[in-house]
Amino acid sequence: MNAAGYPLLSLLTFLPLVGAFIIMMVRGDDETIAANARWTALWTSLIVFALSLVLWFQFDTSIAGFQFQESRAWLPDFGIGYHLGVDGISVLFVLLSTLLTPICILASWESVQSRVREYMIAFLVLETMMIGMFVSLDFMLFYIFFEGVLIPMFLIIGVWGGARRVYAAYKFFLYTFAGSVLMLLAIIALWHSAGTTDIPELLTKRIASAWQPWIFFAFFASFAVKVPMWPVHTWLPDAHVEAPTAGSVILAGVLLKMGGYGFLRFSLPMLPEASAQFAPFIFALSVIAVIYTSLVALAQTDMKKLIAYSSVAHMGIVTIGIFTANVQGIEGALFQMLSHGVVSGALFLCVGVLYDREHTREIARYGGVAKIIPAYALVFMLFTMASVALPGTAGFPGEFLVIMGAFAVSPWVALGAATGMILGAAYMLLLYRRVAFGQITRESLRGLADLSPREHAIFAPLIVLTLWMGLYPSSFTQFFTASVAQIVTQHQAALGVARLAGIAP
Amino acid sequence: MLVGAVFFPLLGATIAGFFGRWIGDRASQWVTVLCMALAALCGALSFWQVAFLAQPSTVQIVTWLDIGDLEFAWALRYDTLSAIMVAMVTFISTLIHIYSVGYMSHDATRPRFFAYLSLFTFMMLMLVTADNLVQLFFGWEGVGLASYLLIGYWYEKQSACAAAMKAFIVNRVGDVFFMLGMALTFATFGSVEFSTIFAAAPAQAQAQFMGLPALEVIGVLLFLGACGKSAQLGLHTWLPDAMEGPTPVSALIHAATMVTAGVFLMARMSPVMEFAPIALAIVTVVGASTALFAATIGCVQNDIKRIIAYSTCSQLGYMFFAAGVGLYQAAVFHLFTHAFFKALLFLGAGSVIHAMSDEQDIRKMGGIWKKIPITYAVMWIGSLALAGIPLFAGYYSKDAILEGAMAAHSTVGVYAFICGALAAFLTAFYSWRLIILTFHGKPRADHHTMEHVHESPWVMLVPLLVLSIGAITTGAVFAPYFIGDHAHAFWGASIFNSPEKHMMEALHHAPEWVPLVAKAVAFSGIGLAFLLYMVFPNIPARLAAAAPGLYRFLLNKWYFDELYDRIFVQPALRLANVLWKTGDTKYIDGMPNGAASLAAGAARGTVQLQTGRVASYAFAMIIGLVAFITIFLLGR
Repeated sequence: MNAAGYPLLSLLTFLPLVGAFIIMMVRGDDETIAANARWTALWTSLIVFALSLVLWFQFDTSIAGFQFQESRAWLPDFGIGYHLGVDGISVLFVLLSTLLTPICILASWESVQSRVREYMIAFLVLETMMIGMFVSLDFMLFYIFFEGVLIPMFLIIGVWGGARRVYAAYKFFLYTFAGSVLMLLAIIALWHSAGTTDIPELLTKRIASAWQPWIFFAFFASFAVKVPMWPVHTWLPDAHVEAPTAGSVILAGVLLKMGGYGFLRFSLPMLPEASAQFAPFIFALSVIAVIYTSLVALAQTDMKKLIAYSSVAHMGIVTIGIFTANVQGIEGALFQMLSHGVVSGALFLCVGVLYDREHTREIARYGGVAKIIPAYALVFMLFTMASVALPGTAGFPGEFLVIMGAFAVSPWVALGAATGMILGAAYMLLLYRRVAFGQITRESLRGLADLSPREHAIFAPLIVLTLWMGLYPSSFTQFFTASVAQIVTQHQAALGVARLAGIAP
Repeated sequence: MLVGAVFFPLLGATIAGFFGRWIGDRASQWVTVLCMALAALCGALSFWQVAFLAQPSTVQIVTWLDIGDLEFAWALRYDTLSAIMVAMVTFISTLIHIYSVGYMSHDATRPRFFAYLSLFTFMMLMLVTADNLVQLFFGWEGVGLASYLLIGYWYEKQSACAAAMKAFIVNRVGDVFFMLGMALTFATFGSVEFSTIFAAAPAQAQAQFMGLPALEVIGVLLFLGACGKSAQLGLHTWLPDAMEGPTPVSALIHAATMVTAGVFLMARMSPVMEFAPIALAIVTVVGASTALFAATIGCVQNDIKRIIAYSTCSQLGYMFFAAGVGLYQAAVFHLFTHAFFKALLFLGAGSVIHAMSDEQDIRKMGGIWKKIPITYAVMWIGSLALAGIPLFAGYYSKDAILEGAMAAHSTVGVYAFICGALAAFLTAFYSWRLIILTFHGKPRADHHTMEHVHESPWVMLVPLLVLSIGAITTGAVFAPYFIGDHAHAFWGASIFNSPEKHMMEALHHAPEWVPLVAKAVAFSGIGLAFLLYMVFPNIPARLAAAAPGLYRFLLNKWYFDELYDRIFVQPALRLANVLWKTGDTKYIDGMPNGAASLAAGAARGTVQLQTGRVASYAFAMIIGLVAFITIFLLGR
């Protein structure tokens, strides 16, 4: 039935639920439940990760289409089916999700002390939803997972978050949900016109030019909020600030990628004319995002907020890359999403390390920590540099490729994207300087403990990935080269047809 | 061997950086020194092989990225140009490492220091051996990182942190242009690999970009990138502040690594630059202006390291305008000789600072030449070479540059010559001002400091002596190869000179009065310094009092820092606050929050069905949905 010989993707998707179920079954006093919940969650997520490595090794990088497909009838009367599969675009996101989940669980090991069982269940459900979202090849299924992600995340922020957690959780939920409703409408419209919700089938259908802008905007409303694009980004800093560390990691690492993934999976290939038509609009918003949010990041006094704003700027690069609709731009955008998932996740973990010890995220309350905890300072420095896209770290290839791709479309867009290089360096180095350098300003800091073995274990895989992605990005880009090439070819062909028909400019 | 020259420093950096805690301070510093020495040996051998046996080669390591048409690899390209750089960088860096063993002996975190030094060297080596623009950019940013770490090495000092950040961010400004230059290169040539670009450059000479000649734009963009790294006028502000780092770092930044990268880039891109006459004219003018501008500031500074820093800035200007008139060979030659005497001067200054108990202000020195005779002697040698006194290294290269500027027979060439000659005069002047104020006259330091004045240990003096030999001999020995009769065979195909201009021949037919002028200004500069500071030591103060405006203008470095602070830094920070507080909080957040309360009010006021905000949001959503469907249906 597929390359693995067994329903790999279903297993990946639903195994975390099994873990969650086991945790639910545990009985005993609070201590036992907590310990069991932690270990079960960790082992479940590790097994899922190990299983997902099959994708890494068995994925055929020469094929542009979907692999590991599973298909069952579900609601055949409505043309809705249970259809899973991955292609070059989604496969690495699945791996990113399975990698980050165990890291998040480890990161919450000590910092989460209340309702541990529910917390771990939420995380495992979240993992199911994330993986399901990336592997769904049916629109209804996709929509269910896409929305499903909101629920555990809403709970994680709302229950285990900081002081203003309820406000942040509602803001997060409503912003993203408002967009999703419009997406549902678009899905219904697509279903209405094609009679199916099967994604691979829809990808081959041409959608009438008159409909394209409407559907594009409906998708846009949903994905732009997820990315998030300026000016619908303000939910993100609040959500990040209030979320527990692990929540921030998943939020930045995977959830933000849902928007970019959606643009790339649906908007660009299904609505080529509208995409071409609205590309300048997207570029404008993205360039504003890069410059505006970088500047706002410069003014922040809260570490997490600063990194949250930097995420918006980085995602601006991603949306530029996707809508350049050329090979360099799209591959750059994909790479940027992956590297951002690793690097910003790691940066939130870095903040978490300090927060766990000092219980404040105020930048001003730190200073000179490099002297006290040198190992931490080194790790933090590495991810800071990766965030400013230093060549040789994960941040560089994506940004570089997007700028290369954007230049072919419009040098001014490339210039706008490139100014992020200066501002990015400014706010990250300012953050690093205030936190790690300088005199030790507060006596209480002197007692800080350096990274514990558990924290080493959390950072080690991220460090390796950061350097690996920077020094030898080819081992990642090879996964999506074929798929991206196909998207670009089809996009060009579709525009060519439209141009012949005199519809598109 | 070719690989070893580049990767031994990385090995040293890794060992000292990650295992320094376990192997101890002494072991880690000597491991890095050993690795550097091995690299220097490899570097010298490859220089011999590539330049003298004429066997250029490229070592392919592994593909870095391959995206569509965009493909480039990690590779080491060895031609004469890169071999010169590798040999020079590894050699100078080795000496600086050895010197640092003595200079940093009281420091608490020596393994970290040596790891950074070696990393710095490695990045520079990656830069000069790159076979494509992206790898060059890797090294380019890498030296930026290493310099950031080293300038901010004493990170407990606020000024050091500020200087480190400034260096990185100002460099980043240049890097944006470099990045765009790279993008345009790719758009024009369809490749970022040097071999492809160089082969296609003549064919692309007419290529257009937004109505402008593409190669000109590439030239200007890359030059702006080079301006950042090489501290040319406008983007020079980070260089003097970089003095916050330990002195060996300054020596490394100014002599071997970092600032020479821009000049190297110009020479490396000569096959493209030669088709971009306007870009070259800009390079010439900016270079010449920098040479003069930095020299004027150098004359009034009081910090021993800052004076030398401005002299670097000025000398880099020479290199740029040499490249600008098409004499890349002379530019690289000056880069090469400059590396020796500038490293010598900085390390000598370090020795002075060491002797004076960390005093850097030359107004508080004086009368110490008998106490530290060797340092005194090497400072003389370095200054003689810097001023371009005949037979010393700097003479050969600077002379060639000035002759070349005249021989170019162009307006910008003449402008460059005038600036260059004036700068040469000022160079000689401030060099001897430095020597006289530092070593001669009455001791101006306090009694306690004077008692402690002592010559540096041998581990610091030996590198100084070796560099002195270099500062004396490299000019005479290498002139025939770099710019003389053997030049053609020596350079091979590594630098391209436009056949129409044949600058290398023209160089030897410069007007005869040019070398005389060069010598005359050098000697008169020294003479003036003697007059003002030895014979009539109260004149300078009176001069400063007579023209206080000019004096303050120069002392404050033409107010560039203040200007940039006003134009860029403060507005950016203010704008950042406005965008955050007003843009994000008031308007962007205000709208949905306002809509929410409006809807909530409406809901409460009219229907009274629900209370609470979730419901009101949902209500707003449904309204939106209805509106959307309506528009959708109407629009069909």
